[in-house]
Amino acid sequence: MIQIEALTKDYDGLTVVDHVTMRIDDGDIAVIVGTSGSGKTTLLRMINRLIEPTSGSVRIDGKDTRSVPAHLLRREIGYVIQGHGLFPHRTVGQNIATVPVLMGWDKARIDRRVEELLELFQLPAGQFRDRLPSELSGGQQQRVGVARALAAEPKVLLMDEPFGALDPIIRAKAQADLVGIQKRFGTTIVLVTHDMEEAIHLGTKIAVMDQGKLLQYATPAEIVVKPATDFVGELLGSGDRAFRLLGLRRIGDFVEPGEASGAPVSAEQTLRDGLEEALWSGRAVLPVVDGAGNPVGRLTLATLQRLGARPQ
Amino acid sequence: MSDFAASAPAPRIAVDKLGVLIAVIAAGAAVPPFAAFRANRIVVGISKGIFEALPMWEAMLVALALTAAILVALLKTPNLWRLVASLAMLALLFVAIGNAASFLTPEGDKLARVSPGGGFWLLLFAFALLAADSFTRLKLGPWLRILTLLLVAGAIAGLLWSGAWNDLSILKEYANRAEAFWREGQTHIALALGSLAAATVVGIPLGILCHRVPPMRAAVLNVLNAVQTIPSIALFGLLIAPLAWVAANVPGAAAIGISGIGAAPAMVALFAYSLLPVVANTVVGLEGVPPAATDAARGMGMTGWQRLAKVEFPLAFPVILTGIRIVLVQNIGLATIAALIGGGGFGVFVFQGVGQTAMDLVLLGAVPTVMLAFAAAVILDAIVEMVSTRSRPA
Repeated sequence: MIQIEALTKDYDGLTVVDHVTMRIDDGDIAVIVGTSGSGKTTLLRMINRLIEPTSGSVRIDGKDTRSVPAHLLRREIGYVIQGHGLFPHRTVGQNIATVPVLMGWDKARIDRRVEELLELFQLPAGQFRDRLPSELSGGQQQRVGVARALAAEPKVLLMDEPFGALDPIIRAKAQADLVGIQKRFGTTIVLVTHDMEEAIHLGTKIAVMDQGKLLQYATPAEIVVKPATDFVGELLGSGDRAFRLLGLRRIGDFVEPGEASGAPVSAEQTLRDGLEEALWSGRAVLPVVDGAGNPVGRLTLATLQRLGARPQ
Repeated sequence: MSDFAASAPAPRIAVDKLGVLIAVIAAGAAVPPFAAFRANRIVVGISKGIFEALPMWEAMLVALALTAAILVALLKTPNLWRLVASLAMLALLFVAIGNAASFLTPEGDKLARVSPGGGFWLLLFAFALLAADSFTRLKLGPWLRILTLLLVAGAIAGLLWSGAWNDLSILKEYANRAEAFWREGQTHIALALGSLAAATVVGIPLGILCHRVPPMRAAVLNVLNAVQTIPSIALFGLLIAPLAWVAANVPGAAAIGISGIGAAPAMVALFAYSLLPVVANTVVGLEGVPPAATDAARGMGMTGWQRLAKVEFPLAFPVILTGIRIVLVQNIGLATIAALIGGGGFGVFVFQGVGQTAMDLVLLGAVPTVMLAFAAAVILDAIVEMVSTRSRPA
């Protein structure tokens, strides 16, 4: 758990982060969204003390981050930046081993960990361990960057625009990978982005920042339904509100008994996917199946219509 | 343009641009003498054209080979032909100048001097240019370039040992001064390498400091820039007084060889000139390190020293080494001037030769200096390439 208390950063009288207080629970993916200059990156970098706060405090699992030297603190926290920041003169394996080496792990343990991570990120060790970053594609470099951040099994992972340099298809894949990894290791992730779409897609909590202030810190559904200020609403954009709301819910939670004809949708898909399928195939009712393909009921257009409406 | 290109008849004979230059230089070489004969080392020489300087058959051979080599250079020919032609021509020139010396020197005459004339030097330059160009086009790897250098050095050493050049004026000067030659050679190398080592030891930390403390950067670089603009002779002169004072007043200074003239001021001056390239390249190299890499290094918990040693320095190293290369080549040349203040080195022969108007003696100092500088450049270029491509295996 990360507890941020009245965290403030002044630069010569200019307040970049202004008394931000928030709590990030274990296993959360907290996404900090804001325009450039909103202070979101400064807030993130104060968590691992790449920037020292002017006032306020950060506690991780109850322990004040200032109680250990900054470089030792950072070894316990994973860190991923835009454009991956891999060391160009070191191989993929050496890059991933950076923090374990700094922490003095023995060689066998490091080798095991590097191989494990490479396999996890679908980069076969035999093929990729000894390559240089320049010999990888952008998506592969990004994955190595995340693998490197996870090498010493940190409980907290900080990510600064980690997908900013990727094209849309690779980005979607990288986002899905991240969610998978979070589920697997239970890592608490704090991620900075300027892209509200990405925030809603990835976050379990979203923190909206503007001019150094935390405007709203809530679940994606709350943010979509009840933006705290006009600025949050503006950041969301007015166009896709209904679809975003539907996109946050699983079909499985809104199945009603009954049958329907035609191609089924999966209970694991979002209501947005269901609506899309209904409109595209011109059906008012869709059969729903579970993960194994067994019918579990049906989804009606009327349900979708009700759920996509502005909550009262 | 495309219409023009389409309608223009395809040229049957394509001309190489560099080849034109080489041909012009080689043709111009016919004007000055191939060799110069003097009855003794300081009288005015008698010009000898190539047909006077060599036995008829050999002169014909050189002339024919020259024509063929110029044609190869002038036309667009395969690179291998150009390389072979230039190397063969250089070898022929080297052998021919030795033979010319033997041919022109009367039997048993110990005072006569035969030295290469302007024609020889022009031809040498023209075909060295062709050889350098075709070598560059070969794109040899660093090891092969060093090997080639060794082969060339071996060939020249072979010529020297075979005695083929023994009648040449430079070697006659050498024969009279063999002992001094090797002693001054050692001094020369010690001056160049010693000042380089000192500049590296001081310059790299200074460069790192300039990088980390931005206000220092402008100050240090400006001072070093100013030092660089002081003419070298003036700098040698300026150092005489302070070093003489140090020698006289600091206990032990004189004992370790510090004095107003001699090797100490030469070393100090060379060191001062060496600092700017080393410091500047260190700063530039460190600034070229991707900011994302340093940020990641910090974010992952490296200390300042770890970041420097594991990330910044290795990434900046090729650029720093380029600075060291500049310094070494520059110092090998500059060390010649050390002789002016009694510092020794090959400059001793240059200044003696100038004083005696004995050009052969000047060459005895100048030729090895040029060869050393050239060899240093080739070797360090190869090393720079090796360290910068080590991170990018083929």
